[in-house]
Amino acid sequence: MTETRDHEHSHQHSAGHEHPTQPDQDDSITYFKAMEAAVRDLLIEKDLITAEQIREKIEQMDARVPANGAKIIAKSWVDEEFKRKLIANPRKAISEFGHDIGPLHLIVLENTEKVHNVVVCTLCSCYPRWILGLPPDWYKSRAYRSRVVREPREVLQEFGTTISFDREVRVHDSTADMRYLVLPMRPKGSEGMAEDELVPLIGRDAMIGVTEVTI
Amino acid sequence: MERDFTARGNHDMGGLTAGEINKNEHDYALWEKRVDAIMMLLTNDLKIMTVDQLRKGIEALPPDAYDKMTYYERWISSITNGLVEAGVISTEELRTKMSRVSSGHIIEEES
Repeated sequence: MTETRDHEHSHQHSAGHEHPTQPDQDDSITYFKAMEAAVRDLLIEKDLITAEQIREKIEQMDARVPANGAKIIAKSWVDEEFKRKLIANPRKAISEFGHDIGPLHLIVLENTEKVHNVVVCTLCSCYPRWILGLPPDWYKSRAYRSRVVREPREVLQEFGTTISFDREVRVHDSTADMRYLVLPMRPKGSEGMAEDELVPLIGRDAMIGVTEVTI
Repeated sequence: MERDFTARGNHDMGGLTAGEINKNEHDYALWEKRVDAIMMLLTNDLKIMTVDQLRKGIEALPPDAYDKMTYYERWISSITNGLVEAGVISTEELRTKMSRVSSGHIIEEES
């Protein structure tokens, strides 16, 4: 993609210059956008849903961000008892944080000096969205879904993560009913840090398992 | 060409070879979030559809369509098929409404 350093110029796009956009983000009405609008309108006309309900769901969606997961991980790093509970009964432990995972199962995978865990959904895009929000594009991509179960170390390398050969790499394939959250290792040098200082260190990708947490 | 009915499904890609992972991300557009919201309402609140139905509809897409469509395009096409199959909406209603949307009769409310 080209640099957009000169973006302060006057915004007349006749000079052969266009903003880079994702195919999803242009403003034109595509066939499938029209389908969404039509289905939504029909469901509203039939009194099955309301526009207000749609807005509420989107607000809930927007409130689910990886920082929610980071708070859970940070607490488990400073509170051994909580960590035990989180691994033994994730549903119950995260309900303390106000997250309701509904009828789904959640498994928390603890990274250790011996094991590194990474999560995928080879068949589609299943993801702990109740904690981390919607998955990143690459998580849903053909390349990630195909390769991470076959050559996980190479895939991790593409994310800048090198796992030494004395550690086992375990890849977990999610299903519609079974989701995974990686509990990364607490980074060396963070021993003196408080829970709220640890939270910003813990990124989404570490909770998927494609990176490790560093200071 | 004869179709090979023993081949694995197009969606079933775990373990296949593939190229480098494109790590570019985009912010979800409002219409994509609305598709997600509709699905949540249909499954959790109304119980008209299930997640398994959504997946079945996506997995039934012809391989070239599956690969060409974006993620939420697959979703809305599967949701729509599910609603038609369940008799919640008819293809006739859908066609009429879609042409009205496309011709600008229904102005998009961008909240």
